[in-house]
Amino acid sequence: MEKKNLTTMQARNMQDVTTASKIMGIIVKIGVYLFLGIMALIVLFPFYWMIISSLKTMDEYRQTIPTFFPKVIMWSNYVNAFNTANLGRLFANTLFVGVVSTGLSLVITVLSAFAFARLEFKGKDAMFGALLATMMIPGELFTITNYLTINNLQWMYTFQALIIPFLVSVFYIYLLRQNFLQIPNELYLAAKVDGTSDLKYLWKVMVPLAKPTLISITILKMMGAWNTYIWPKLVANDDAHQLITNGLRNAFTDASGQVNIPEQMAAVAIVSAPLFLVFLFLRKYIMAGVSRSGIKG
Amino acid sequence: MVDNKHQWKAWLYLAPAIVLLLVFTVWPIINTLLMAFQNGYSANLALAGKTFSFGIENFRKVLSYKRFTDCLFNTMILCVATVPISTMLALLIAVALNSIKPLQRTLQTIFFLPYVTNSIAIGMVFAAMFNIIGLRPDGAMADTWGIINNVIMFFGGEPVNWMNAGSGYWPNIVVMVVYIVWNALPFKILVLLGGLQSINKQYYDAAKVDGTPRRRVFSKITVPLLSPMIAYVVITGFIGGFKEYSSIVGVFGETMGPVHDAGRLNTMVGFIYDSLNTRAHGTASAAALILFLIILAVTMVNLQVSKKRVHF
Repeated sequence: MEKKNLTTMQARNMQDVTTASKIMGIIVKIGVYLFLGIMALIVLFPFYWMIISSLKTMDEYRQTIPTFFPKVIMWSNYVNAFNTANLGRLFANTLFVGVVSTGLSLVITVLSAFAFARLEFKGKDAMFGALLATMMIPGELFTITNYLTINNLQWMYTFQALIIPFLVSVFYIYLLRQNFLQIPNELYLAAKVDGTSDLKYLWKVMVPLAKPTLISITILKMMGAWNTYIWPKLVANDDAHQLITNGLRNAFTDASGQVNIPEQMAAVAIVSAPLFLVFLFLRKYIMAGVSRSGIKG
Repeated sequence: MVDNKHQWKAWLYLAPAIVLLLVFTVWPIINTLLMAFQNGYSANLALAGKTFSFGIENFRKVLSYKRFTDCLFNTMILCVATVPISTMLALLIAVALNSIKPLQRTLQTIFFLPYVTNSIAIGMVFAAMFNIIGLRPDGAMADTWGIINNVIMFFGGEPVNWMNAGSGYWPNIVVMVVYIVWNALPFKILVLLGGLQSINKQYYDAAKVDGTPRRRVFSKITVPLLSPMIAYVVITGFIGGFKEYSSIVGVFGETMGPVHDAGRLNTMVGFIYDSLNTRAHGTASAAALILFLIILAVTMVNLQVSKKRVHF
């Protein structure tokens, strides 16, 4: 009897505690959502400002009291921006460099990752370790010599100067090797017994199984071409080879004269749009790739 | 298993990667060391037959340049300001995101958006937000104060000349810090949230049974178990910070500073590239090696600190 009393008392106490903590929990929840909401607005604000500014007339943009929605929507800003910055040409150049370097890079990465994951040869571990060690070194250290190499090869102002030095990424080889290693070796041995060649096995079995990693690599590589700035500026900053980022910055940099900011913002929006579209459709792969790489672009 | 035929084949598979790495990675490492330790080296003069004596003159020269020490100072300031701020904010956001269910994925996507941007392009948007148009010489009137100043004035503050002609050094730095933090958040949130979601729920259940207050749960469970991830974002943050360059080009343009003081915000990486234009390849290499050593040292210190404090 006594024991039963005790348990009901405990239960009542627990109930008080839970209602108190429930109220506390709700307050905390509201606080959490408020905090996240404000931070989300801050994060989104530059995008909002870019879009509404890109649709204003210059006069409206220059008003002392800013408007938060354009009075007259100026779609023509986009047309002007496209022409002023010669965006068509820049898009074509960037797409060409992006597609070619991604394609070649994938082939090289798949072949090397396969060698490291499945084939046996002397000095394999030592070589893989040496490759990983180069990842420690900042790219800026290579740039000076690579610039001289490109110059000596007479590749200045060519597309190969933009593509070839960056075809091999140790990180991508590492990523894909890890993925290949997860595929059971028995599959490989069975294929060997059947007389399947290595290349055919690689193409028919391993590549399809490693598809998510390959997609991540493709996206990161394309984003890289879209965002690269320093190297193209050094080796191929002429009209015929200029990439999107360099063209964008140069077209509207005019220290003395007036910069038409709405048109500038329209150009920025045009350049940002493909990245957002890719992100919208391939979010999963991008986030998976990024969390493992830690490098932007 | 290891027969000669296989050996030969493996090298064939690796050949393209090895050739490219030898030319564009291994040779640069060797050549940078060679150039850095030849006094006053310039590749163009070397090609013409000039020889250079070995020594550490390049390093001494670089470190004595005021331009270089200014770049070093800018880089350090940006690192020291942005890494702690962005890490703390990202941690708060990640913990908050982890504690909610509805809207979690939507908010997560929103917080990731700054990552999928072009840092030059969005830098131009930030410039527009801070930019004052039509500022009168006395500084009291302008056509447009810029949206940031509008917000400050709305709350009763004084407008600041952030980045226009006549702006001060620290306002310039504030603009850059705001932009860099905004840009650095997505990656850090992604990594920290991933870490949070992999923490075993049992720890939290145990804390709940014991009635542990939230703050204590945060400092005694969440942070220690998340410490490897925190160490990771801090280290990558410092490495990225020391290589800061294109975000400044995005906001300030290739002048790397406000119009009246070009180059004021130049960084280590900017210094290295400028040396390419003056064909001072020896000093550029020395500067690149110094950058490498700084990054190495910072990483080592971080790893040492983590060793003591990180619970793996």
